[in-house]
Amino acid sequence: MKPPPFDYLRADSIDEALAALHQHGGDARVLAGGQSLVPMLNMRLTRPSVLVDIMRVASLGEITTQRNELIVGAAVRQATLQQRPGLANEVPLLAAALPWVGHWQTRARGTICGSAAHADPSAEIPLCLTALGGTIRLRSRRKRRTVPAETFFAGTMLIDKDDDEMIEAVTFPMRRPNTGYAFAEVGRRHGDFAMVACAAMVDVAGIRLAVGGVADRPTARAFPLLEGSALDDALNEFAWALEARDDLHATARYRRDLVRQLGRQVIEAARS
Amino acid sequence: MDGSPATWVGQSIERVEDATLLSGRGRYIDDLGTRPGTLHAAILRSSHAHAAIEAIEVAAARALPGVAAVLTGTDLAAITTPLVASVRAPIEARAMATDRVRYVGEPVAVVVAADRYIAEDALDLIEVTYRPRLAVVDPEAALAPAAPVLHDGLGGNLASERAFTYGDPDAAFAQAPHRISITSRYPRNTGSPIETYGVIAEYDPHEDAFDVLANFQGPFSIHAVVARALAVPGNRLRLRMPPDSGGSFGVKQGVAPYVVLIAAAARLVGRPVKWIEDRLEHLAASVAATNRVTTLSAAVDRDGRVLALDWDQLEDCGAYLRAPEPATLYRMHGNMTGAYAIRHVKIRNRVVLTNKTPTGLVRGFGGPQVYYPLERLMQRIAVELGLDPIDIIRRNLIPAETFPYRTATGALYDSGDYAHALDIALRDGGYQALCEKRDHARAEGRLYGIGIAAVVEPSVSNMGYITTVLTAAERRKAGPKNGAQANATVSLDPLGAVTVQVASVPQGQGHRTVLAQVIADVFGLRPIDIRVITDLDTAKDAWSIASGNYSSRFAPAVAGAAKLAAEKLRARLARIAASQLNTLADDLVFAGGKITSRCNPGLVLPFNRIAATSHWAPGTMPDDVGQAIRETVFWTPPELTAPTEADEVNSSLCHGFILDFCGVEIDRITGKARIDKYVTMHDCGTILHPGMVDGQIRGGFAQGLGAAVFEELAYGDDGAFIAGSFADYLLPTATEVPRIDILHIATPSPFTPLGAKGVGEGNCMSTPVCLANAVADALGVAAIDLPLTPAKLAALARGDEAPPPAGIASTKAAKPGDRTLRGAGETTVAASPETLWAMLLDPDILAGLIPGSHGVRKLSDTRFQATVTLGIGPVKGKYRADVSLADLTPPREATLTGAITGGLGSGDGRGCVTLTPDGAGTAIAYTYEVAVGGKIASIGDRLLDGATKIIIGQFFAALARKAGGSKPTSSRFARLRAWLRIGR
Repeated sequence: MKPPPFDYLRADSIDEALAALHQHGGDARVLAGGQSLVPMLNMRLTRPSVLVDIMRVASLGEITTQRNELIVGAAVRQATLQQRPGLANEVPLLAAALPWVGHWQTRARGTICGSAAHADPSAEIPLCLTALGGTIRLRSRRKRRTVPAETFFAGTMLIDKDDDEMIEAVTFPMRRPNTGYAFAEVGRRHGDFAMVACAAMVDVAGIRLAVGGVADRPTARAFPLLEGSALDDALNEFAWALEARDDLHATARYRRDLVRQLGRQVIEAARS
Repeated sequence: MDGSPATWVGQSIERVEDATLLSGRGRYIDDLGTRPGTLHAAILRSSHAHAAIEAIEVAAARALPGVAAVLTGTDLAAITTPLVASVRAPIEARAMATDRVRYVGEPVAVVVAADRYIAEDALDLIEVTYRPRLAVVDPEAALAPAAPVLHDGLGGNLASERAFTYGDPDAAFAQAPHRISITSRYPRNTGSPIETYGVIAEYDPHEDAFDVLANFQGPFSIHAVVARALAVPGNRLRLRMPPDSGGSFGVKQGVAPYVVLIAAAARLVGRPVKWIEDRLEHLAASVAATNRVTTLSAAVDRDGRVLALDWDQLEDCGAYLRAPEPATLYRMHGNMTGAYAIRHVKIRNRVVLTNKTPTGLVRGFGGPQVYYPLERLMQRIAVELGLDPIDIIRRNLIPAETFPYRTATGALYDSGDYAHALDIALRDGGYQALCEKRDHARAEGRLYGIGIAAVVEPSVSNMGYITTVLTAAERRKAGPKNGAQANATVSLDPLGAVTVQVASVPQGQGHRTVLAQVIADVFGLRPIDIRVITDLDTAKDAWSIASGNYSSRFAPAVAGAAKLAAEKLRARLARIAASQLNTLADDLVFAGGKITSRCNPGLVLPFNRIAATSHWAPGTMPDDVGQAIRETVFWTPPELTAPTEADEVNSSLCHGFILDFCGVEIDRITGKARIDKYVTMHDCGTILHPGMVDGQIRGGFAQGLGAAVFEELAYGDDGAFIAGSFADYLLPTATEVPRIDILHIATPSPFTPLGAKGVGEGNCMSTPVCLANAVADALGVAAIDLPLTPAKLAALARGDEAPPPAGIASTKAAKPGDRTLRGAGETTVAASPETLWAMLLDPDILAGLIPGSHGVRKLSDTRFQATVTLGIGPVKGKYRADVSLADLTPPREATLTGAITGGLGSGDGRGCVTLTPDGAGTAIAYTYEVAVGGKIASIGDRLLDGATKIIIGQFFAALARKAGGSKPTSSRFARLRAWLRIGR
């Protein structure tokens, strides 16, 4: 379990990082917290020729707010954001979900944007971005662009990002008035990949439910303010539409059951 | 005096080991330095469960700078012989495969290089050509007449079959008013030591001798197996063990084949070679406990008394029978009636081979596989007869007055008072309150159940039990083999200090502390005065083939042997002191660091002065005393006799008793089982160190909980191993392991020097079935197998699923174990079917369409070979792809079959493409079935479905683009969307 040879470049500025990505394209990988990338390197699942370490780029380590968005830079660690005073007020869903991201130890190293870049279908941070309608800010030497989370996550470990681009930041819409948020997750053990994770946002206009761990990416769906059996029917339709499959840890049926039941729980929690 | 307790034994003194371990100063194998010039090995392992090895191309790997050698099974076979097994069967097991692989992870080649990085780089350059064969994973399926056969010489997959009858079970079943049966499928799991295997080996060509350092656990019977495989006499295999070992739980016994592999590699390269196993290797291919299918029936009278048992055990030992297997099946042979007085027993034992990792020692060794059906059956008897499960247990327990008790199958239970232990457990554990809690919970509509398990825990195994696999006639021919042996050496130095050495290598248990307590009591010293050495060198230290640290034998056997050795020395010291004090040896008391006359307390000598006498003044020794410097005792209990002509065997010397009960609540939504209360009562005879005994119980409980709820070495039906990391092989962590209540009674063993019995494995035997009984009680189900996953329990707790809404097809539930990835897609393009058909058969165009293709070679009109880089996102690997076209109906329909092989694994697939004219263009429809194995399946199974969908979608998207059918796309995102729409 040793990685294949690679060059390591510690970027001191974002321009240096972007230049390296421009030069090496798909042969380069951005190294942030390394909690997914380093095990993948050691297992030789991925073989970049250059690792571009961005953790010393000071500007990427910032958390800022702007126009009702919380902007989290590419070098912000999960633990740092989790400890941000007032996070539960600014982005309540994120505050509820962060304790479910890996373990205390991995959150101390892992970054918010790294989780988005890794795009594991079970991951909580992509789920929150999708549920809230967050965005991903990409940057290359050529241009900057902002991609909505719902189209950024394109499949298992697949994202809408060109080889010379890097995630500069992700943005989470901040709490809106008269809106409730709730998060719930079921894994085999604490800290495991979610078998099903649900995030709900409910306001006077309707319900938005996002589900992770079932389809090949976090998937959100909007419903009107349904109740009773109408809500059951809507959740049942959503559960089946996610095309769950069996794996070592859970059956497709179990996942559909959890979408129906956990989905209802989070919707009710977000309403109250 | 010095404030010492009356005896040090029985006190929870601070562990000698802990300061070193807790401050990070343990010396494990990977911490120890190696000789200059030591090379590092990495092992290439089979990605196939069953395949012929047609060719191994190693030239590119050998050419990599830093690589000293690339060795294949053929190279190794030239200087080694097969590993001997306990059963004579035409099964050749070697440390590395030669012409055929039989499980995922089987070693195929080893690279020896300047460092591990280079060695792993070179592994990527080895090309193995496999011809896959059908694999069989399920033990029952392996017995089917048409099943793939692993070892051709065996004719089938049945390696051993024996039937046993004790008493008159047929009559008992005929007369009994009830016959109650249960069938269980015990899954595969393992002990998961935190430190994986490690070997550092060196060969001296002038002496024709191997010197090996390995974190091997023993038993030392394997020394003989390894020496024979290396084709040297035993005295030319020096096996040493590091001072510390990071856990074993039996598993480290399985390092033996790797000792052969690395020692042979060291001989071939002429340099020392070091190998440290990684976690993927460990989970995939180190060792596993056996999985077993058992049907157990009981003849039961109206009161729930069990009159007879009928066992049918089908043991799955994996791909090879590795010594000491099939010992897992026979270790419990004397204990097949558990804690119960049942006189009539029938047993059929079969051993089957399947395409999985060979099995070996794992904590509990055969116990969990026996007690799961036995104690599930006791619960079923209570349910079916409408009786209280406690009453069923109580009525059947062996009465206290019958000890030592000879079981129907031959074990001699040394001591116990099971009914008393049950009473104390129920009283002090709060059983009545738990029952009330269950009733209350149920009244609220909650799923709450109580489980109970009564278990006899054997320890100090009889080497002869494994010969029960042979018939009495075969045993007569082979000669008797029985008994147990433990040895210890106590020595005195010229300053009168005491050193103890034992042939039992600890893996963290605390041998050094307990031995210091035992020896301090003998000499009247303090534990701190005693130095205990537990690293071992087979060339210099005392040991026997029966030595080692297994079958929970430390406290009953090893510590007892140390006591006897110390007592022998003490008797001599007493005579030396008696001659100096002019008194009788019997008059002397060893206490407080002094030797004192009982009659005349004024007569006193310091212990260390007398202890040093034999060094300083050997000429002054009283007659017949001889030396008083060093004493080695080999202890053999006479009770461990050979199996009788009637196949009765006293399989172990000591038998502890455990009574567990628990309360479990199952969440109706998540299906998770929450352990509300767990009580475990133990009688392990005399307790030497209460803190360590409770530590063993807690550790055994945690592993039992893991086996019950979380852990499974899972395989797909195709033989792919899919639990190759700790993200998929789930160990319970601190957050999953609840507090448990531990209770004790003590009935000392009359057969061991200290009255102690083993206690290390009991909860691995009792906890899985106790939890399963509680879950079965909560859900009201009769049949339930481990692991008790939330998905399984939720399915049992719920009724039928809500049907899919109109427009969504109901997916057929996949057969468990079926890992085939299936998909379908369609797209419409602007070209005609004829144009598309020509494109599909043109290697140059295909090269442009296949994602990541580095070129396609057309071998014939219907066969293509390509080198491709496949993957999703950052996960990419290079593969060789062989694709054939069949069932061609130009230009309408074609079937593609193909196989890919590469560093990350292998895949086999089949797809069907149909082209239908659609206006001016063509509708393309495709379906596929893909099975993926090897490393990528072991660590990323849950992501493979999504990945396959994407990669296959990419091919058709490219085809559509090439045919001019897809709209020009401006952004990568749009391209992705196009691919994925197709992919769905």
